[in-house]
Amino acid sequence: MGEEGKARMIDIYIMGKKYQVPETLTILKAIEYSGYQFIRGCGCRGGICGACGTVYRTAGDYKLKSGLACQTVVEPEMYLAQIPFYPANKATYDIEKLEPTAEALIERYPELLRCMGCNACSKVCPQDLEVMEYMSAAMKGELERVAELSFECLMCGLCASRCPGENVQYNIGILARRLYARHMRPKAPDLTARVEEIKNGRYDEELAHLIQAKDEELTRRYKETQADREPD
Amino acid sequence: MGYTPELKELAEKVAATREKRIAKRLAPKRIVAYREDKGPFRDIRDLTRVPGIDAEIFEAIKGQVSLTDEPGKTNVNTADAQELEKLDGIGYFKPMTMAERERVLKKFHPDYKDTGMRPLVVGVNRGERVPDEFADLIEAHSLLADAQIELGKPNYDVDVLVIGAGGAGASAALIAQEEGAKVLLVTKLRHGDSNTVMAEGGIQAADKPQDNPVIHFLDVVGGGHFSNDRELVAALTNDAPMVIEWLERLGVMFGKDAEGVMYTLHGGGTSRKRMHSAGDMTGAEIMRVLRDEIRNRPQIEVVEFSPVVELLLDDAGHCGGAVMKNMETGDFKIVRAKSTVIATGGIGRLHIQGFPTTNHYGATADGLILGYRVGVGLRFMDSIQYHPTGAAYPEQNIGLLITEKVRGLGAEPVNRDGEDFVFPKEPRDVESSALMRECLERGKGVLTPTGRHGVWLDSPMIEIIQGPGTIQHELPAKYKQFMRHGIDISKEPMLVYPTLHYQNGGLAIKPDTSTQIPGLFAAGEVAGGIHGRNRLMGNSLLDITVFGRRAGIAAAKFARGAEVGELTLAHVERYERELKEAGVETDRTSPMILPDYRYKTG
Repeated sequence: MGEEGKARMIDIYIMGKKYQVPETLTILKAIEYSGYQFIRGCGCRGGICGACGTVYRTAGDYKLKSGLACQTVVEPEMYLAQIPFYPANKATYDIEKLEPTAEALIERYPELLRCMGCNACSKVCPQDLEVMEYMSAAMKGELERVAELSFECLMCGLCASRCPGENVQYNIGILARRLYARHMRPKAPDLTARVEEIKNGRYDEELAHLIQAKDEELTRRYKETQADREPD
Repeated sequence: MGYTPELKELAEKVAATREKRIAKRLAPKRIVAYREDKGPFRDIRDLTRVPGIDAEIFEAIKGQVSLTDEPGKTNVNTADAQELEKLDGIGYFKPMTMAERERVLKKFHPDYKDTGMRPLVVGVNRGERVPDEFADLIEAHSLLADAQIELGKPNYDVDVLVIGAGGAGASAALIAQEEGAKVLLVTKLRHGDSNTVMAEGGIQAADKPQDNPVIHFLDVVGGGHFSNDRELVAALTNDAPMVIEWLERLGVMFGKDAEGVMYTLHGGGTSRKRMHSAGDMTGAEIMRVLRDEIRNRPQIEVVEFSPVVELLLDDAGHCGGAVMKNMETGDFKIVRAKSTVIATGGIGRLHIQGFPTTNHYGATADGLILGYRVGVGLRFMDSIQYHPTGAAYPEQNIGLLITEKVRGLGAEPVNRDGEDFVFPKEPRDVESSALMRECLERGKGVLTPTGRHGVWLDSPMIEIIQGPGTIQHELPAKYKQFMRHGIDISKEPMLVYPTLHYQNGGLAIKPDTSTQIPGLFAAGEVAGGIHGRNRLMGNSLLDITVFGRRAGIAAAKFARGAEVGELTLAHVERYERELKEAGVETDRTSPMILPDYRYKTG
């Protein structure tokens, strides 16, 4: 059912080697079409896992471009290489004991202060995140802002690959988000109460009854709860 | 980029009826019944005497009907059943009755087809029908059938081996470590590569005052057509609020308001709003937090790109570890473990019945094969979940998940004439079947330029119902994914068609995740019975965390004081003999480990 019947064939270069592929394919599928079976560099195939960071140039253009292989459509004369793994500095910490402050981030990642504001990270981000902005917010201890700006991060590592300050932005992002969610937002009152009830065995008896109940009773009670559906 | 002119023209029809459909949705919530031909109703039960309103329809609508004896005061002319039926389920297309659900499932759901399945000829479930693609892997040789492997000198010697590093495996590893076990977490791709990261819309938990684990239980068993293992369901729904609390404590950013009240929505088949979410990246958010936490704990060793190719039993028949393969060097490594957790996930990449899939590259049923070879039984393996809304356009996104949260926020499926044709929140199998019926039987679907069927999912409704900007805020990943291809889903509808999403069945487990092999546990999508024949939205992120944690506890407990005897692959020899006796002649091997898309364009 594919489009191959009518799609134009174009030349691409996979790590320097030339292949002809249908122009409608993503980089990921073009690499497979060329005969490769991925071990690294392929994950969800849907733009959410960050496994398939790819850098490329097109003929006659000095610019180094980047994208996720599963989301980027091939172009004629594309020269590409995948970056399926990039070494990253990852601090270890006990999230319970950390304070949600700039110091907590800087102590664990002192290189944060080496950010020189070049914005290479934002330019390379396949999610179009304002990476430099959240690095700047991190330095100031504005954790809520880091959390918001970095939330859609896929941790693909492309930012770290381009950073002249040798930062691993996405690890700073996740530390900030965890601190924000753990320490800065109010606890859910209903949740706390319900957990207490469950721990006290509040629903054990009724659930035990339903496990043993006849199908007729279950069906009846199911219909009742469905008829009593909470409005949207 | 964007829709073709033909599709743009069809999308206009959806836009043309949008306001009217929304007006209907927001219409008064009560029907005031007055029967013109025979005068006023005396009792609400009189409705059942209207031709076409049987007891079941009456049950469904009675809560929305009140009576009047003044013709002028009625908001609906209930001269006949049709008029009433149109309005019941107020605001939405009418939900199906149980009988209607069954009819549409029987006719359109792929599980009910005669073709594409066959009975197994070997193993515990011999004689039971499973999809051909899966039977091919069961009826295949071990990758170690001819290998000479020294089992006496293990490369790793641990308390708990966890196979698979998605949500279930990560949860199991964290809890087992907290219980004092030395843990080895192995995975065939990267740590976190899994269907977990692709789960978008949410995780169910009954933590609001109008809800409780009993109501959640009823929704789950009803959604599963009463086929579920109820002990597992009780574990699922009763643990749910505790899992949410655990995840929040680890730093998962669930949507909540300034007072901390959780933002919860409906999903298909839910009677209470209990879907918690983190944008439309709920699974990705949970996974990256669990992974970050594991990386904070040096007591948990993680080995990537190393699929397990067989389990090991000891001379007492207990599971004593596994053989794994380094995919990059080809070397086999031996793990000796006092207990083992299989958490390898699902089956989507087998492309059952030729369907595209929402699943991760690694979803190749490996754990099912490993478990089956040592003698663990399978349940509901003939039951596959097709998610109603997989992308049907553009071609690059075929089969990718469009989260149910899109419908949760107010969007509905619409046919090529701009009409709604199904209640947007039926259980998944029912919703999928209704979408297929619209295309295949009624011919009211849209045909894409590449010959695929689809119906519209009217996402711009969300911006009107919930306010401008909702899509970018609540569905940021989906918005970006479509913008990359020139489609702004806050202004234009999406084209969707059912896609292979989830394996309802799997390895048989007890509520503590133990299998019938001592020392072997299973959790997550690889296990079966929790959801019966149909899983509701938001119960798989819940399943992996609830049973992942339970597996961590049970495996660590089993490991305390356990002694591993001499490791053997005798079960593999036995299995090979059984294949031969059953007359299976094949050069197939399994587990599959990776799908093969070489030289293909699909």
